Amino acid sequence: MRLPITAWTSIAHRASGVFLFAGVGVLIWMLDESLAGPESFAALQECLSSVVFKLVIWAVMAGLIYHSVAGVKHLIMDIGIGETMEGGTRGAQIVIGLSAVLILLAGVWIW
Amino acid sequence: MVTAVTSMGRSGLYDWLMQRVTAVILLAYFLLLGWVIIGGVDYVSWKALYSQTWMRVFSLLALLSLGMHAWVGLWAVFSDYMTERLMGTTGNVLRFLAQVVCAIIMFTYVVWGIQILWGF
Repeated sequence: MRLPITAWTSIAHRASGVFLFAGVGVLIWMLDESLAGPESFAALQECLSSVVFKLVIWAVMAGLIYHSVAGVKHLIMDIGIGETMEGGTRGAQIVIGLSAVLILLAGVWIW
Repeated sequence: MVTAVTSMGRSGLYDWLMQRVTAVILLAYFLLLGWVIIGGVDYVSWKALYSQTWMRVFSLLALLSLGMHAWVGLWAVFSDYMTERLMGTTGNVLRFLAQVVCAIIMFTYVVWGIQILWGF
């Protein structure tokens, strides 16, 4: 599909939001395990060393990072910055670039 | 036109504002969590953090914000794609069912979260 870059960042903002609705379930489960006791805290740490779980965490963090960066862009536009056609395109490029860097850093941190 | 009966505050402007207020609360909460976790936590320090009243209050605030934020966001998504215009009556039924399922999940998250925060 040929869509402007602003459409892609908007669709991704929605998709990441829907994804996070499920992802938050994982985060709440982790909070539960981490606080239930020293044994389950250690078990969670053990769990976090598996590749599959690292990928799940990375995916949730990626969703969180992208959704946050795109959300902050919305707030900036609400103030009245970058509301022009060029501003919108530039904003979308910054959102993609910045979240790509942050998601990569998150991946490095997880591994 | 889709009536506002399933939106958060029955008003577009109210939803618009709450979406931003809850977004800022959630951003602050996740930034705090990120900062704490990157700094390194063990069970003792993690438990100590979540034992403090302000952290429990902030966590519950974040969880309730999440509920509102997800409701407004998912309403926007559902009411764009599951519509009478795109699917006929099926659209209305599907949208309503999707909202009921999301409401139940969100309610579960909130109660589960309260149980975690005040139950350990």
